Amino acid sequence: MSIILILIPLLAAFAILAGLGKAKSIATIAATANLVLGLGTVFCWKASIWDLSWEVLSKPSIHLSLGFYDGMSLVMVILSVLVLFTAVMSGKCPEGREKLWFSSILFIGAGGLGAFLSTDLFFFYAFHELALIPTFLMIGILGSGDRKNAAWKITIYLALGSIILLAGLIWLVSASGSDTWLFDDLLASSISTDAQSGIAALLIVGFGVLISLFPFHSWAAPAYASAPAPVAMIHAGVLKKFGLYGLIRLYPIVSTGMQDWLVCLIVLLLCNILWVGFVTINQKRLDMILGNSSVMHMGYIFLAFAALIEAGSFEANPLAKPAAVVLMFAHGISIALLFMLTDTIRRKTGTVELAELGGLAKAAPRLAFLFGLAGMASIGLPGLANFSGEVLVFLSGFNNYDGGCLGYVQTATILALWGVVISAVYMLRAYRQTFQGPPVSNTSSEKVKDFGPFCQIPAGILAISLLIVGLYPNSLLQFLDEPEAASSETEQASK
Amino acid sequence: MPSYLLEIIVLLGGLVLLLLEAFTSPKRKSSIAIGAISVLCFSLILLFFADKGFGDENVELTRFYAFDPLARFFKLFTIIATILALLLALDHRKVLSKFTANPGSEDGTGEYYCLFLFACAGMMWMASAKDLVSLFVSLELTTITSYILVGYMRRNVGSLEAGVKFLILGALSTGFLVYGIAWIYGATGTTDLALISDRITDQNSTYLLFGLALILISLAFKVGAVPMHLWVPDVYQGAPTPTTAFLSVASKASGFAIAIRVTEPFLNSGTELASKTTFILAILAGATILFGNLAAIPQKNFKRLLAYSSIANAGFILLPIAAWQTATDELTSKQVVAFYLTIYLIMTFAAFFILAVIHRNTGSDEISAFEGLGKRHPLLAFMTAIIIGALAGLPLTAGFWGKFLAFKTAIDAELWFPISIGFIGVAAGFYYYFQIIRAMYWRNSLESDPIEIRPIAFRSIAGLTCLVVVLGLWPQPIYWLLQNIS
Repeated sequence: MSIILILIPLLAAFAILAGLGKAKSIATIAATANLVLGLGTVFCWKASIWDLSWEVLSKPSIHLSLGFYDGMSLVMVILSVLVLFTAVMSGKCPEGREKLWFSSILFIGAGGLGAFLSTDLFFFYAFHELALIPTFLMIGILGSGDRKNAAWKITIYLALGSIILLAGLIWLVSASGSDTWLFDDLLASSISTDAQSGIAALLIVGFGVLISLFPFHSWAAPAYASAPAPVAMIHAGVLKKFGLYGLIRLYPIVSTGMQDWLVCLIVLLLCNILWVGFVTINQKRLDMILGNSSVMHMGYIFLAFAALIEAGSFEANPLAKPAAVVLMFAHGISIALLFMLTDTIRRKTGTVELAELGGLAKAAPRLAFLFGLAGMASIGLPGLANFSGEVLVFLSGFNNYDGGCLGYVQTATILALWGVVISAVYMLRAYRQTFQGPPVSNTSSEKVKDFGPFCQIPAGILAISLLIVGLYPNSLLQFLDEPEAASSETEQASK
Repeated sequence: MPSYLLEIIVLLGGLVLLLLEAFTSPKRKSSIAIGAISVLCFSLILLFFADKGFGDENVELTRFYAFDPLARFFKLFTIIATILALLLALDHRKVLSKFTANPGSEDGTGEYYCLFLFACAGMMWMASAKDLVSLFVSLELTTITSYILVGYMRRNVGSLEAGVKFLILGALSTGFLVYGIAWIYGATGTTDLALISDRITDQNSTYLLFGLALILISLAFKVGAVPMHLWVPDVYQGAPTPTTAFLSVASKASGFAIAIRVTEPFLNSGTELASKTTFILAILAGATILFGNLAAIPQKNFKRLLAYSSIANAGFILLPIAAWQTATDELTSKQVVAFYLTIYLIMTFAAFFILAVIHRNTGSDEISAFEGLGKRHPLLAFMTAIIIGALAGLPLTAGFWGKFLAFKTAIDAELWFPISIGFIGVAAGFYYYFQIIRAMYWRNSLESDPIEIRPIAFRSIAGLTCLVVVLGLWPQPIYWLLQNIS
């Protein structure tokens, strides 16, 4: 059944390409249907009706196997349908390019959904690549600024990253001796310690490029800055989480090998947070600030992952995985909202240079409010989703701290806390430059109109999700501690 | 039914059609192509009834000719590739007739179709050759036919130049082959490949290695691998497009068929010679992948780009041979080669059909000829994008499976050096293949007339593209084709 979630956007994209109707209406209908269906799964995601398994090749045994592997898949699917819906609804398609625009968005969204719904390692990898050509075309043709270089850069980087990842995955499966590529079989197998270290390195680099881990991050900011808004939204919001999702998913098989790279990873993630943080402060354009900030925030999620590595298993640090997942969700929603609003600003004022903006709040109070909300969320203001995530990350860093000398992860956590200050600096400054102060010619209320009620729907949905998760993090966490609750129940029962 | 009848049918069909050609009016030369396709279809059907080679009663001939699952697969492969090449030739005959006798009329195009049949018969025989002598004879039948096929457009300088280059290097490689056979015969006293592995001793292993190296050089010419790869770009570019497609698919495949036959006794011998052979093959694979992919990057001509991509693919196919796997709980190396070649056939023919369409409409093979295709013919552009994605090895297309399985076999065998080069090669591939996509969608053409596609070409491209997508999701049918190969 869960294949429907992938098929709706895919078939809609083909229908658009075949010219079966008005591109915008097909895309809107498909995205809405997906949103309803995706949110509906919350109530019944454990039912076996969602599972599908079809052996596409018997040797090596590979299955087109879909379903909700665990709560983490569910959260990522909810994130994907939310962002896909808002991406379809937002942004302004250039005249005459509707087919390319909407079908690409749907293809990219279908790729993300497919990856998170796959319970077979092969298709988990394969679906992610579905996004490659549409992204290349969208940035290359409809992007802004230095779009051609940005398109080549993101394509080559992602291709290189995924090919390194592929090497790691093949090696992983072949070393595990598992008969199939199903997650179930893989996670039940074990790998010799010698091979683990090499596999872990390939996975960190391969996934790392896709997540924009320092120093493989330089593709991200320019690509997001020049991409059309929906592409930036889905890519930064959803697809980038693919790598983190994969690392956490595969972690139990290579837990020993990951230990070898813990220090290295901590240095890199601190560079993500602090180095890229300072780079972000220095940006002069709103879209570059957002692009860099999305790179920077990946560091926090990596921090949760590092805490997981240090602990050695999900059970030893029960906070790490929920922390990473909540922050992935929160970051996905907030960055999508920010890119969407930045695009609105670009269309209304014709610029995103901070120097040419100012006083927009007077002309567009609703826009200013939503941007402020998303910006505060991205800083980590309590009550908004990112705060829940970041607090959990910092707590998970200290979860196994026994009061003695500070370990690597604890030191990293303390340093990473400064990242919050850095993001407050650039985000507040961007907000002040854009919305406060006297209006300049671009932003005078005669020229700029606040956006109407219809455009507020997608933005409102994202903002409300931020509030819900921020005020009641258990709305997500309840899906995540399910297995542990189940195991403790069985323990109690056995006692 | 004995399988050698198939070769005889194809050969006789070629001879009869050649005879008929003399009596066919210039306007109806294309009926020769249709006749040739019918002969091939007929033998394709008969192939399913073939169950033995020469049989036990004919011991002397059985020595030279095997009919095992590997031979059956490569015969099937060759026949299908030849049919597709003939369809392409039918589609391409207007261009061909410009450069043959009586330019403009199809007067001189009839023999062209018959030649494919002779080459096909040679390749079918190659698939069955299990003795160095029969291997050499069948190889020569194919190669000599290919010289004519390459230089067929005799009023075109490029085609002639390609023909001469091909002839000289081909003759050289034949020399290497004979010399290598002589060394192996001298060292073991036999040309029967089945007997060689028992006769490897410490004394003769040096001579054998030398002989094998010479044979590998000549086979590298056949499949377009380093160190005999330099002819590929020039010959592919100059030859008529159907010949290029035929060379890059059928000829390469039969080269790999005999490469498997020749290296198998050495790789299975379990001696020190086996690891040395693996070493040589791994080096060749790595160097071929590196050269093919890096040299493809600056290309501006699509046909030439396909030539470099064909070199790169030869490297990827050498990879599983170097990582010799015979355990049947995974795909064996032979199966992986067959798997890769099947997918390669589909993608490459689709690419050449597209090239032929573009050439007829714009008169050019350059990548710039693809500019604005997204506007001029959106459907063709979309199909081209899928085929290019498959050639680059994007997942969910068939092209990914070939590379995936080749890498998997190599990783199982832990050949880290060629693997790391292979991954660099794939990443480089994304760059040069995506240039076509860029040309089609990013750029606008000065011309805006719609592209005209004939039904043959359109159906072939659409069919092959569908195969690429379907097999990308569900490659099991290919596995059924080759599951009996051990």
